[in-house]
Amino acid sequence: MLPLLGVLIVVVGFALRRNPLIVVTIAGVTSALLAGMRPLQIVDAFGAGFASSRSISLAFIVLPVVGLAERYGLQQRAKMLIDRAAGLTAGRLLLVYLFVRETCAALGLTSIGGVAQMVRPVIYPMAEGAVMRAHDSPLPDRVSDEVKAHAAAVDNVGAFFGEDIFVAIGAVLLITAYVDANYHLTLDALQIALWAIPTAIAAFVIHGFRLLRLDHRLAVMIGGEPTAGEPGR
Amino acid sequence: MITAEWVYWIAGAFFFTTGVQVALDRAHAKRLTNCAFWSLLGLSFFYGSFISVLPLWPLGLSVIAMAVIAGIGLTSPGRVTTTDDAQREASARERGNALFAPALTIPAVTVAIAVGAGKLQIAGEPLLAKGQETLVGLGVAVLCALLVGLVLLRPKTPVIALTEGRRLLESVGWAVLLPQMLSVLGGLFTQAGVGTAVGTIAHAVVPEQSRLLAVVVYAVGMALFTIIMGNAFAAFPIMTAAVGWPVLVQHLGAHPAPLFAIGMVTGYCGTLCTPMAANFNLVPPALLEMTDRYRQIKVQIPTAVALFVVNVGLLLTLPFK
Repeated sequence: MLPLLGVLIVVVGFALRRNPLIVVTIAGVTSALLAGMRPLQIVDAFGAGFASSRSISLAFIVLPVVGLAERYGLQQRAKMLIDRAAGLTAGRLLLVYLFVRETCAALGLTSIGGVAQMVRPVIYPMAEGAVMRAHDSPLPDRVSDEVKAHAAAVDNVGAFFGEDIFVAIGAVLLITAYVDANYHLTLDALQIALWAIPTAIAAFVIHGFRLLRLDHRLAVMIGGEPTAGEPGR
Repeated sequence: MITAEWVYWIAGAFFFTTGVQVALDRAHAKRLTNCAFWSLLGLSFFYGSFISVLPLWPLGLSVIAMAVIAGIGLTSPGRVTTTDDAQREASARERGNALFAPALTIPAVTVAIAVGAGKLQIAGEPLLAKGQETLVGLGVAVLCALLVGLVLLRPKTPVIALTEGRRLLESVGWAVLLPQMLSVLGGLFTQAGVGTAVGTIAHAVVPEQSRLLAVVVYAVGMALFTIIMGNAFAAFPIMTAAVGWPVLVQHLGAHPAPLFAIGMVTGYCGTLCTPMAANFNLVPPALLEMTDRYRQIKVQIPTAVALFVVNVGLLLTLPFK
């Protein structure tokens, strides 16, 4: 059970809100030492792990493109567009994005969407514009944080539960490869993908329901009284 | 053959030029340490392509150095001159929806290349390395989008794209390194036997006779272990070997396909709740410049919990038909 000490360091470190980079480094070194690895092996492991995980950081290469477009008013343009769609509140807009993101992911198109290239430049400014139109005032930090958090959450929920319906996605292939290799079965990738559908629908319904209540929540946060006739929540 | 390594060099060049820009910025409050952080990150991306011929330890030391520099608070964003809100409003009115073109070029070209160019061959060799089509597609897409942006928006010099890129990259700050550090940690945890320990515990507590309790242990184990490792892919083999296969399939007769498919997405409920999944839960708040960096996780938890309950219900019924 000794290796679990590393897990404990991570949990305590995050709970105390220490800088995650330091927490992770200390936890990693501790676990490795407890497992009997020599210092040079540990340093090598940091190098090897970094080299093999570089693909996660590729999302950042879109930043020069996004930054350039922002310089010339991309976020402002997104807000202007939302002003034309009168019925579109922040909650409804995010519901539409949830549907698009989840459907695209289910078709294997996970690269459509993403926080760097879609949420920051387009979806968030639109959502913020919709809230500002409804309340006619600049948003306090707490409220804009809430809108940002919801915009990013939609991106995750849509991608996570949509992508498993696509046969050629990593998760489906991992399941079939692991089970086939270890238990001598021949699982059909299509079967795995189909059985992911009930959860995908539930995710859309649950999260979509919360998004429909978001506008009311934001109104309460901003300080507007709940509309007459509607019970307070 | 075009491989993902080429795209890593694009990323490395972007990070390194950010370091150079910081070095040239005399007004930067923490010029030296920031320059060191971004330059090291850039160089590490190049070095990582040659670890089959070069020793690993310089890369390992560089990674630890970056973690320490950023971890003790020696990085902070500098001030980058950009346009103000009034200028952006005016520009947005003038340029109209053409402003969306560069951003939309990225997914369009990525998908086109990932789907279309995968089958292209040159002299009998595939043009794109197998399994890396999407990464290569992203790299090409970003270069295309940059070109579209420069032609449509006509900044005074192309360098402005890098300056604006630096502005956003510095606002994300040290969180850029975190997803990869967590991946390193996941590897160390695995080598140290964390997975085996969790599997042993799960196997010890699982009641073999009760379908309800066995399913609950499997589901809780998937979610909890994903929260610890930040990745459901790490939890899946452990929980399958400890509970899923021996107890649920062999002993209680569950059908493997629905069990494992729903088991995996039950792990995803854990992903929504954990800062260990930094690329999904901590990088977005940094990219969106949120004041509360944990707000997104708090927003995701209610959906995760409700969906977890639904998944337990599905696991109790669908695999046992």
